[in-house]
Amino acid sequence: MTATADSHAGGEVGQARLRKEDARLIAGRTRWTDNMSLPGMMHMAILRSPLAHARINRIDASEARSMSGVEAVVTGADVADDQGSLPCAWPITEDMKSPNAPSLAVDEVNFAGEAVAVVVARSAAEAHDALEAIDVDYEDLPVVLDMSSAMTEGSDLVHPDLGTNASATWVFDSAEAGTGGSADEALAGAEVTIHRTFRQQRLIPAFMEPRSILVDPTGEQTTMWSATQVPHILRLMLAMTTGVDEHKIRVIAPDVGGGFGGKLQVTPEEVITFLVARKLGKPVKYTESRSESFTSAHHGRDQIQKLSLAADRNGTVTGLKVELLADMGAYLRLVTPGVPILGAFMFNAIYKIPAYHFSCTNVFTNKVPTDAYRGAGRPEATFAIERMMDELAAELGMDPLEVRERNWIKHDEFPYTTVSTLTYDSGNYEAATARARELFGYDALRAEQAERRRRGDTVQLGIGVSTFTEMCGLAPSRVLGALSYGAGGWEHGAVRMLPTGKVEVITGSSPHGQGHETAWSQIVADRLGVGFDDVEVLHGDTQSSHKGLDTYGSRSLTVGAMAVVQAADKVIAKARKIAAHMMECAEGDVEFSGGRFTVRGTDTSTSIQEIALAVFAAHDLPDGVEPSLDSEATFDPENFSFPHGTHLCATEVDTETGRVRLRSYVAVDDVGNVVNPMIVEGQVQGGLAQGIAQALFEEAVYDETGTLTSGTLADYLVPSAADLPSFTTDRTETPSTTNALGVKGVGEAGTIASTPAVVNSVVDAVRHMGVRDIEMPCTPMRVWRAIHGGAQ
Amino acid sequence: MRITVTVDGTRYTDDVEPRTLLVQYLREQLGKVGTVVGCDTSNCGACTVHLDGHSVKSCSVLAVQADGSEITTVEGLTRDGRMHPVQEAFHDNHALQCGFCTPGMIMQSVDLLAEDADPDEQTVREGLEGNLCRCTGYQNIVRAVQDAAHRMRPGAGPEAERVADEPAMSEQSRAEVRQS
Repeated sequence: MTATADSHAGGEVGQARLRKEDARLIAGRTRWTDNMSLPGMMHMAILRSPLAHARINRIDASEARSMSGVEAVVTGADVADDQGSLPCAWPITEDMKSPNAPSLAVDEVNFAGEAVAVVVARSAAEAHDALEAIDVDYEDLPVVLDMSSAMTEGSDLVHPDLGTNASATWVFDSAEAGTGGSADEALAGAEVTIHRTFRQQRLIPAFMEPRSILVDPTGEQTTMWSATQVPHILRLMLAMTTGVDEHKIRVIAPDVGGGFGGKLQVTPEEVITFLVARKLGKPVKYTESRSESFTSAHHGRDQIQKLSLAADRNGTVTGLKVELLADMGAYLRLVTPGVPILGAFMFNAIYKIPAYHFSCTNVFTNKVPTDAYRGAGRPEATFAIERMMDELAAELGMDPLEVRERNWIKHDEFPYTTVSTLTYDSGNYEAATARARELFGYDALRAEQAERRRRGDTVQLGIGVSTFTEMCGLAPSRVLGALSYGAGGWEHGAVRMLPTGKVEVITGSSPHGQGHETAWSQIVADRLGVGFDDVEVLHGDTQSSHKGLDTYGSRSLTVGAMAVVQAADKVIAKARKIAAHMMECAEGDVEFSGGRFTVRGTDTSTSIQEIALAVFAAHDLPDGVEPSLDSEATFDPENFSFPHGTHLCATEVDTETGRVRLRSYVAVDDVGNVVNPMIVEGQVQGGLAQGIAQALFEEAVYDETGTLTSGTLADYLVPSAADLPSFTTDRTETPSTTNALGVKGVGEAGTIASTPAVVNSVVDAVRHMGVRDIEMPCTPMRVWRAIHGGAQ
Repeated sequence: MRITVTVDGTRYTDDVEPRTLLVQYLREQLGKVGTVVGCDTSNCGACTVHLDGHSVKSCSVLAVQADGSEITTVEGLTRDGRMHPVQEAFHDNHALQCGFCTPGMIMQSVDLLAEDADPDEQTVREGLEGNLCRCTGYQNIVRAVQDAAHRMRPGAGPEAERVADEPAMSEQSRAEVRQS
């Protein structure tokens, strides 16, 4: 079933409720970690390696230790026995090579920015002053920066003890899996083959709030406040990494200023601050500078993608072969090796591809480790296949939308099991595409494009298409187990009715801008029949929200809210039993609607609030019923959800300067049922900005010594308001059948879809001038060179 | 060095190190943590406050340069329990997600509207160029600023924050600060 947007029938769910979160945030009444101070709190600063690869011969901190206000200087050697190795939770193959990953380097540094020593002092200024006085004797080691040459015989090695720069190679083949034919055979016998190599440049998540950590070791539990997406995972991993008992650790994620995957990590800084504060027995705070953030917090993307596509002359794809190199950077962080593997399931996208082969080799370099960044694997795959579909269309002289329609799964073919083994539960690519085409004015723009080409306009018009899907709602625990991931994918939720009829909702999902407080309130208000403002959502503290797997992978609504729904249903079930007792009727005769329990066919009723008070008093409960009206649930999805959409982008490319201007952008997304259309639209708009940023602006650039030259916001071009247009967004609604809410997730959709739409558009604008590809980011220089020749 | 400033209507006299940035003074000495730090190169604008009625990036001003000045932070925009129209518009138009850039974005927007009471979309986009947001894609921020313009009488904003006292900072030094 597909309906147009806003087809909800009354209630809170479906309404564009303004956000509960805003009142504090717009008044500056905030709880960022760096806002907090504790009595006796010390400040920590970190000395970072200026070199990409070096041996540490000696560290002389004697002068620093004697400086004013300096409480301690700690080096890697001082914590070598306590710091353990930073966790990697995703050993993708049994023989995956993973180096020891110290939080504080002990005898070797492997990327510029790696932590070497810390100063703890009375003030942040004194701590930074003392950093200057630490003398480190480094001995240069050969630097490995380029993935391709890192894989050649005789290359220098990032970790000589591993004997190779390859961490692991992961392969999927549809012929072996029994889900399709042989891609090699399809390519050998194809009427048409397209071969392309794309580069996914290295990106920086660039969340606006720099990471900050405060550790208070003065209680029975050591409490850590951290600007993290994953307080629950962090607690577990702190325990497993340092050996401190898990029940002696409390982690709080207070207000967190964005993450985009960049705060899905267990960081060296967290472990160091934790160890140092415990060692000193005093609260210690560390807040990174933006430059530190760029040279130490994990980066994203960074792949070389070699694709071969087989098709017949009418545009039907007959096979796809994908060979990736993925840059791990210097170490494997929490889910580093798994990011490209998530992409393996998405290269076939919305298309019925009968033969598929995927292989990915993960490579070490002397750079900042990579890990999840908005989309994590799916943007890379979507970019590559959507570029290939445009290339196939151009090769055959077909319209790119027509080629896609020839291959996509039709709306009456769901559920559909793909060549890469996933079962897509629902979708309607025809409806989303038709709506996007209409909003975009596709035919008129094609006519204008032809006219501009005919008259040789110096500004050419390009039209880019992206018909994408993604896998969301990470994840069914059994699937994660099959992929060797170290944990499950469930989520926890709880609902507590208070005596006054107010409601506390606890979620294991940990928001950092998504609007959980508002959306969860809407869902619970409808479910329990209470007021939106009568619901408070608690999260991000392992003491109140004692169980959870946190926020990433567009999982909050599809998994986290489902746990809350199930907990609410348990509350209703218990309240029904008590209502029957209070109204002296059989439980089966009690109906529940709008917050009231009514004896069927009568006007005898009681409200859930009245029951909450009666439960508190506990004077007259049915035998065997505990005096509480709260419940919890843990939801483990049976399948992923599969949002999809059609994005169309028009760019004007100045062929004389290479400048690209985004002229119009239409995004029609299908994220299933919608709880709050305002929040959904905001997620799409923000996602588009990040995907467009990859296409046109952003790149983490290293020089030949391994120094990050785009190490500040002056050099790493996060787009401003002046760099972006307004977007036209709309939705179709094809409910997910994976969960009872019918929701699919929306956090990453815009980012995944927009990068190929923009690049396809830029290439389309100048294709008639002989251009077949332009490497990202499509800066004026790269576009100009693509048109006029010369190396990119 | 000793400075005297008025911040959000309260007068403070303090000793500060010459190197102390205005934003550090606000956050660490005055506890005005509503104003935040997002970068170290004055690109992000998260720390934007008003210095004698005009927006400045408080990471680019030394505390001593603010001596004798009137400073308004996002915490001082709400008057008598009523939010400033720009704050209201940010809420009503979903112009924030994580909210970290929001204090600076709001202060810059108030300043922008003081200079142009009815800006078109491009003027808003260019006027906010020095303030980065990673969550929203800016579309709702632009909408909020234009919405606020319609809610506000011409001249509201910084004018409403002015006090009778003549600011000690000269026009020239203020211009230097604003350029930095």
